[in-house]
Amino acid sequence: MFKPSVLLLTVAAITTSVNAAEEVNVYSYRAPFLIQPMFDQFTQKTGVKVNVVYADKGLLERLQNEGQNSPADLIMTVDIGVVHDVKTRGLSQPVTSELLEQNIPQHFQDPDNHWFALTSRARLIYASKDRVQQGEITSYEQLADPKWQGRICTRSGKHNYNLGLIGSMISHHGEAEAEQWLTGVKANLARRPEGNDRAQIRAIAEGQCDLAIGNSYYFFKMLNNQENPEEIEWAKQVTPIAPNQQDRGTHMNISGISLAKYAPHKDNAIKLMEFLSQDEAQHMYADLNQEFPVKAGVQRSELLQSYLGDFKQDELPLVKIAETREAASKLVDKVGFDN
Amino acid sequence: MAFLSYSRQRSINGQGWLLSAAVAAIMVALPLLSIFWLALFPADNIWPHLLSTVLPNYVITTLTLMLGVGVLAGSIGIVSAWLISTYHFPGRRVFEWALLLPMAVPAYVIAYVYTDLLEYSGPLQAWLRELFSWKTQRDYWFPPIRSLGGAIWMLGLVLYPYVYLLARASFLEQAATVKDAARTLGCTPLQAFLRVSLPMARPAIAVGLSLVMMETLNDFGTVDFFAVKTLTAGIYDTWLNMGNLGGAAQLAALMLIFVVVLIVMEKQGRSRQRQFQQGDRFKAIQLHRLRGFRAVLAWTACVLPVFAGFIVPLLDLTRYAWRHAEQSWSPDFLRLAWNSLALALAAAVFCTVLGLLLAYAKRLHRSRLLSSMTQAATLGYAMPSAVLAIGIIIPFAAFDNTLDGWLRSSLGISTGLLLSGTLFTLLFAYSVRFLAISAGSVESSLGKVTPSMDMACRSMGYNASQTLVKVHLPLIRGGLLTAVLVVFVDCMKELPTTLVLRPFNFDTLAIHVYQYASDERLPEASLAALLIVLVGIIPVILLSRTITATRRYRIQ
Repeated sequence: MFKPSVLLLTVAAITTSVNAAEEVNVYSYRAPFLIQPMFDQFTQKTGVKVNVVYADKGLLERLQNEGQNSPADLIMTVDIGVVHDVKTRGLSQPVTSELLEQNIPQHFQDPDNHWFALTSRARLIYASKDRVQQGEITSYEQLADPKWQGRICTRSGKHNYNLGLIGSMISHHGEAEAEQWLTGVKANLARRPEGNDRAQIRAIAEGQCDLAIGNSYYFFKMLNNQENPEEIEWAKQVTPIAPNQQDRGTHMNISGISLAKYAPHKDNAIKLMEFLSQDEAQHMYADLNQEFPVKAGVQRSELLQSYLGDFKQDELPLVKIAETREAASKLVDKVGFDN
Repeated sequence: MAFLSYSRQRSINGQGWLLSAAVAAIMVALPLLSIFWLALFPADNIWPHLLSTVLPNYVITTLTLMLGVGVLAGSIGIVSAWLISTYHFPGRRVFEWALLLPMAVPAYVIAYVYTDLLEYSGPLQAWLRELFSWKTQRDYWFPPIRSLGGAIWMLGLVLYPYVYLLARASFLEQAATVKDAARTLGCTPLQAFLRVSLPMARPAIAVGLSLVMMETLNDFGTVDFFAVKTLTAGIYDTWLNMGNLGGAAQLAALMLIFVVVLIVMEKQGRSRQRQFQQGDRFKAIQLHRLRGFRAVLAWTACVLPVFAGFIVPLLDLTRYAWRHAEQSWSPDFLRLAWNSLALALAAAVFCTVLGLLLAYAKRLHRSRLLSSMTQAATLGYAMPSAVLAIGIIIPFAAFDNTLDGWLRSSLGISTGLLLSGTLFTLLFAYSVRFLAISAGSVESSLGKVTPSMDMACRSMGYNASQTLVKVHLPLIRGGLLTAVLVVFVDCMKELPTTLVLRPFNFDTLAIHVYQYASDERLPEASLAALLIVLVGIIPVILLSRTITATRRYRIQ
């Protein structure tokens, strides 16, 4: 009666036991198409095969329950929150690598070396070229100004990227003031939060709203999308603004990587971490994904640089953003931001 | 002597069924138990915050969504099933199977497609703007697709086939003599339907509706895309953003209580009913020919759901796939399609065998305990699937690590993770998730076989297993096939559980679609989405043929 399952079980057992070849296993919260080119390059250079499981939730719990026997070597994330969780739940181990220390600035790594940023991204304000004058908005705080009533678009307040921004507001201004601000922004929304950051830029182009909040790479990827020319047209109607240049600087977040506590291929894993922090991979991140390289001396993409120049970045320790996430999430509920 | 050995054999045989069924039910219930266990250890008391802020909203939204989808899917499903099984009108033969087609379209895909068509920048609104020379959004009102209403339509359109499938099967299985009796007593076809057919089909319709409701309850793709805040959204938020898996499990447990109440209420409602039918299946079913206006009406009622639930998504995806053929094509498609196909097929068979085991043991023993255990085991269907995945990871990893630890200390060998992260885990996960479908389908077919058949067969000296093979399996062939095919289609579409539990480098078509579509890149996702739909059509058509094949029609 259970023959098919037995057969599959055997097949599965065989496939999992092929551990002899040089390989490294990654649990990734990042969509594979964003990192596969770097992995391919790594495999070509070193002969080490990179195996990936991608999921946008649940991998941490999988890692935790698998415990000592987990096959995972590395965890890759799209924001500070998850790498921070990895560390606080004791699922990672410190990495000592001169190369990583050299390549990745101090504020982009964990003081105990449990996680490292590979790229960073700015949370920008996007403004309609036609309907918003230059200099009319220069800070996140101004998003709460009643003059923008019915003119702002954003994705769900519960998304990591917005929670990061709200968390940074809590860190800088305290919870009460952040609540006031978020209430103000909510009152200014042109529509209920929906869609991803790309959809907000599109909404400006289509005249649904005049301002939007979004991560930097979405805009530049749209501007560069030769295969889908209408995205270029949408992006062209929008100006990206790096806010808060007069004070603390623009809110930044990272994509990060951690070494799993029980990594079975520790050497290869560190090799991959190092590779991703080196010039070649950093350039790929910059040019293919329009992210900010973290390694000093690696140029941002020309496109990105031509729009944003060298702008001031908020140097609030990333851990603060992770630690205020729960408070930020509750604030979103309290204000009814997504309702 | 011979008598003794016979009776012992029979009792062992019967006990064997009970025992295996109990073990299977416990296995399948393990993930749910894990989630209840998690619920005992919340990181933080989530309730004061939830109650004072979003929970009332979540609950109201969830109930509205369930009610809306239930009414929509229920009315489309019942009306079309009734028309198909009672009347003859142009296109009836095609509609008979075509009405099932929307089942092959994943809810998240239909949501992407309609958003693309109906949102502000979509072709429809653009055309309207051109027509009336409106300039911006402020010049006119158009119902927003990304809304609770939109979610009800999307889910209703792809879920109604569950009701249609079960209702039609039930209408067809109803002995023609019963309907004839109603007619001779002076009922019009409509009255006969309302007074006789519909009440008799109630158990089947209830099963169909409860599948629809549970599917609605666990849906995350569509409601997330439409930014509709249901309990499921709240569960994920509590888990991921507030870092409180225990709190999320509590919410999930609360949600299951909803479902249990629903099921119990339904069961109470028909607790006194029990029907068995003698097989007069060979008698042809009489169809009344509709003409003129009535025929047009019937035709319209059948064409609309197929058009909206299948043709439109199919055309839109084809348009994208054609226009963006280069971006959309991936050399991996063959592998992805194979993965999807093989896994879905294996899971469908496995899940149906499990369903058969539970349903037959229940029939043999009529044990209340087993009955409630089976019911509990099928609740996995209502659980948000990423949460269910965690519920599966926990016992599997615990088993693997315990075995490994024990073997290490006693024999010095390590088995590592024997089951976790393998295809077997996925297979098991699908079975837990879709047991409600297979068990429900098998049970309802089995329920129609009169117990006198069992008695006759057993009195001739056959044991329980032989009776199953000789008598029941041939009789419930249709129900079994229905179970296999529906679970197959569902597995093809399955996403969140697959995502979290799969082995390294194992991708399916659904995962491929999700990667791009969640980034709002429909062009890149279109071809794979089209493939899911096309592969899903095959079983849908097979399914339809098997049901029709059981009956002949006579047109009046």
